[in-house]
Amino acid sequence: MSFLSQLADREQVFTFLTPTDSPVDVRHGPILYLEDVNVSFDGFKAINNLNLTIDDGELRCIIGPNGAGKTTMMDIITGKTRPDTGSVWFGSRHNLLNMNEPDIASLGIGRKFQKPTVFEALTIFENLELAMATDKRILPTLTARMLPEYRERIEEVLETIGLTELLSRPAGILSHGQKQWLEIGMLLMQRPRLLLVDEPVAGMTEQEMERTAELLTSLAGKQSVVVVEHDMGFVRSIARKVTVLHQGSVLAEGSMDQVSNDPEVVKVYLGEGI
Amino acid sequence: MWLKRPLQERSTQLFLGILFAALVLVTLANLLFPEGHPLHVTTYTVTLMGKYLCYALLAVAVDLVWGYLGILSLGHGAFFALGGYAMGMYLMRQIGDRGVYGDPVLPDFMVFLNWQELPWYWHGFDMAWFAFAMVLLVPGALALVFGWLAFRSRVTGVYLSIITQALTFALMLAFFRNEMGFGGNNGLTDFRDILGFNLRSDATRLGLFIATGIALAIGYVVCRGIVTSKLGRVSIACRDAEARTRFLGYRVERVQLFVFVVSAMLAGVAGALYVPQVGIINPSEFSPIFSIEVVVWVALGGRATLYGAVIGAILVNYAKTVFTGVMPDAWLFALGALFVIVTVFLPQGIAGLIKKRRKADDDQDNDPEAEPTNREATA
Repeated sequence: MSFLSQLADREQVFTFLTPTDSPVDVRHGPILYLEDVNVSFDGFKAINNLNLTIDDGELRCIIGPNGAGKTTMMDIITGKTRPDTGSVWFGSRHNLLNMNEPDIASLGIGRKFQKPTVFEALTIFENLELAMATDKRILPTLTARMLPEYRERIEEVLETIGLTELLSRPAGILSHGQKQWLEIGMLLMQRPRLLLVDEPVAGMTEQEMERTAELLTSLAGKQSVVVVEHDMGFVRSIARKVTVLHQGSVLAEGSMDQVSNDPEVVKVYLGEGI
Repeated sequence: MWLKRPLQERSTQLFLGILFAALVLVTLANLLFPEGHPLHVTTYTVTLMGKYLCYALLAVAVDLVWGYLGILSLGHGAFFALGGYAMGMYLMRQIGDRGVYGDPVLPDFMVFLNWQELPWYWHGFDMAWFAFAMVLLVPGALALVFGWLAFRSRVTGVYLSIITQALTFALMLAFFRNEMGFGGNNGLTDFRDILGFNLRSDATRLGLFIATGIALAIGYVVCRGIVTSKLGRVSIACRDAEARTRFLGYRVERVQLFVFVVSAMLAGVAGALYVPQVGIINPSEFSPIFSIEVVVWVALGGRATLYGAVIGAILVNYAKTVFTGVMPDAWLFALGALFVIVTVFLPQGIAGLIKKRRKADDDQDNDPEAEPTNREATA
């Protein structure tokens, strides 16, 4: 009987009626929404009541001392680590805690690792080809062909990351900085809605850093970008809004100037020269 | 079509050319020259070469998962043996009432054990199409279940190698038991004919050799088709950076499962062709040592090349035949020494030598930069 009355309830939207592969819904504001997230590893609280919202098209920098939980936070968003409690939403429709890594990736969250991770045995061209947003199931992948529009897209990204001349060389020969760029290029191929970028300028020269800053700021607006970085100069050069993490929760949030004058933040960073 | 791509590739054409030339030459040498002629190849030798080709197909299957997917399977002998048992069961049923006990249905060993009727899993094996389907399906199904459990739990690296080893060991112990109904430690033997042809006749043996060569060619093209497709590049991606592949949106465990099952089926076919040529299948094919030996062939020939696996399998087994003839006790030492020498001086195996030669030639002929772009154009 209760089932019938449920059916009669015209206000309710049944779960089976909502399409699962629907586009990300950002009409109600944030693209990423973390609430009261807690994670502990063997008793150590890596993330402690973390609340964070990222707006659509925003470029956000996240800073914090070592062990503040920055990488763990990325692991949670991308589905690698499951939080003990809390909720993580992508737009207002997708609960990321119910999804696995490949699903989250196809939904439009791209991630760059702290240590640059590219496929060293494959050429730079092939690295980008694999990252391309296409049907990634087994049989379509087996029968996939290199279409002209794919080639164009790859060449476009190669241009952006400045590796056009090296396209047919194995990625293993690249320098550390170039690998970082290739990995960012792979993110671009995925056409993500949200980019999570972990320490993008580690091992880069001054010049490369500048170009990275340009690239990331140019992406914001079309895509949302979350950058975790240690290099304060770099953060200052790109950030509009900065979040400071400390011991697994948000210590301060605001513009770079606000944050760097916050006495709490100064205390945490004492001696680190913010 | 993904299977057409390897056929347009130089290296595959070369491989198939050499293989078919060898098949034709051996066949002609066996048929045209009379016995005693210096160019005559005896039927015994033909069968021996057929056996090497079965091993070569098994090695290709192992190279597909080890070289391109990074899964070091130390249990591929299990899939080989299961394919062999499926074929053996068919051959047993073909004996009919010509066995020692003359029972029209029951194989000799069942009569000996006083069994009254055929176990349920022996039904259907009197039909060739059913048995040949089982040659693919039984190893494939085992690989599917085993792989699904292992890859879903993200068991990789050395742990996976150990459980594949345990798998083949467990199967060996099971097949040793008479109660299993597969002939216990004697296995299945005393075969008479296959598809109506007498297994002891020279013509059938030659036919089996040619069939094995064709199976190797098909298996090679299938593997090559996979590794040159985008899926092959995804496999390499899974091998080198599994987490990265997952964050790109590929379901790593499904890629692993697909390739693993294809590989197990190829191993099953190799086993099925092996059994009628050697005339027996027993649980020793499940022994862990055999599976490890297969990995040694691949390592010697050169990992992640496929043709290296073929070279390795044929060379090592030829050496084994020669050595065990001359001094049987020294063979394991010779194999060990060979393995050490290759690992130290030829880390990429024999195929590494060939690659080096080719590269040296290319460098002389033209600018090395120009070469890989062609590959992309065909990809």
